Amino acid sequence: MSKKEVETTGHSWDGIEEYNNPLPRWWLIIWYLCIIWGIAYTIAMPAWPLVKGATAGMLGWSTRGQVAEKIASFEEMNAGVEAELAAADVTEVMPGSDVYNYAVNMGAAVFRANCSQCHGSGAQGNVGYPTLLDNDWLWGGTIDEIAYTVQHGVRNETDDARYSEMPKFGVDELLEPEQIDQVVEYVISLSDPDGDGTNISGHSYDAALASEGAVVFEENCASCHAEDGTGDIYQGAPNLTDAIWLYGGDRETVHDTVYNARFGVMPAWGLRLSQAEVNAAALYVHQLGGGQ
Amino acid sequence: MALIDKHKIIETNGTLLLVGALLVVTVGGIVEIAPLFYLENTIEDVEGVRPYSPLELTGREIYVREGCYVCHSQMIRPMRDEVERYGHYSLAAESKYDHPFQWGSKRTGPDLARVGGRYSDEWHVDHLTNPQSVVPESVMPKYGFLADRYIEPEYIEDLMKTHRIVGVPYTDEMIEVAKEDFVNQADPWSDSEGLLERYPNAQVRNFDGQDGITEMDAIIAYMQMLGTLVDFSTFTPDESR
Repeated sequence: MSKKEVETTGHSWDGIEEYNNPLPRWWLIIWYLCIIWGIAYTIAMPAWPLVKGATAGMLGWSTRGQVAEKIASFEEMNAGVEAELAAADVTEVMPGSDVYNYAVNMGAAVFRANCSQCHGSGAQGNVGYPTLLDNDWLWGGTIDEIAYTVQHGVRNETDDARYSEMPKFGVDELLEPEQIDQVVEYVISLSDPDGDGTNISGHSYDAALASEGAVVFEENCASCHAEDGTGDIYQGAPNLTDAIWLYGGDRETVHDTVYNARFGVMPAWGLRLSQAEVNAAALYVHQLGGGQ
Repeated sequence: MALIDKHKIIETNGTLLLVGALLVVTVGGIVEIAPLFYLENTIEDVEGVRPYSPLELTGREIYVREGCYVCHSQMIRPMRDEVERYGHYSLAAESKYDHPFQWGSKRTGPDLARVGGRYSDEWHVDHLTNPQSVVPESVMPKYGFLADRYIEPEYIEDLMKTHRIVGVPYTDEMIEVAKEDFVNQADPWSDSEGLLERYPNAQVRNFDGQDGITEMDAIIAYMQMLGTLVDFSTFTPDESR
């Protein structure tokens, strides 16, 4: 059919006329199919608002239903091993077993989502938040102690939390300012095994002042930090004879610690995580390197 | 098809075309928007959701002022990965007293819809003062100045009245004692019985650990309550929402 035989629409603007070509058939077919698809879709899926509610759709799809279903499918997949992990005595999960391997991987995920913000993404810790990679533990580094700490936390508002409170020796005027200076010097001197006046963290101290501080330490600090300063995991009292400092081992920071005390808090993760997740996190942390 | 043949009338009359187009768009708009205000499955009352306490509301103002929403969303989407990481997906009711809502549209930082109770107050102080001290890989700016800015509940009544105008059910009593509530919530030794009655599950303590009430107190009070109002052990989601 040549163009001359096509009728015009009859419109004419300044002598320009418009052909009345039919729409291409393929285009028309797709268009009709789209209309049919559109109608079918509103029947199958939630769509039309009515008087009280909207139509639910024949397929019964909902956002909430979808996420619940997806979570359930994963839970079902892991139900066996997770139940085993939740019921397990963490001290008896053998490395290499299926439960152990599952727990370490799950624990790594739990750690990244919940623990890394304080303890660091590599568990290296931060000032005020202990590293979990070494074998220096505030509240015990055995697997069951770690699990307890994860479950109940430290110094939070729950009843079973690990709890101890360092007195504010300066703020509450339990010690005279000069006594604080003495005991700070003594604390710095504690981690100096070779006795050359510079401790293993590289801080030098005044030996005479430190020896006066020894008396203050024995009377005020030894009940928690032990007479030799090695600390007490039952009270969360850190070891003061090593080079590991939670808040810092320089004179100013140690003074600050004695003067104002410290009160590090950890949430009770048992309130937020499942038993399996708590056990997994404990097993993961335990195998990082410092577990006892 | 007599009516269709008359299209020339509209096509050659600009004003009429404009009016006609407006009518069509209006009908479309009404059909799409109006049902949202009455349909049962778009409105869900959830137990536990309450208006913000005066201190929390002030913290929220600071959150908005500092543009936290630019990097942090407050909307856990109903997807498995988000639920696993952040907790139960957000409910519409949980932001029903938010004016404006803080859902956000971009996550440079993590979602904060359920950040309440996740970290200690000390962590929040450390983190706001110097985010990199606790999260070395963070790109968040420092907000330590919040701890130096002492605040008084000078305009809290006006703020609450404004929220009441847009639909937050603050009672006259709540507004009357707003200044007291504001001060009491940051003081662990205060008599907070009335406050807890007015704002159930409000947390009362010295949030930033220093004397006086600062913007740090307010913003931590706000963040520590985010997502904590609904008890999900008793909440059953209606599937058709």
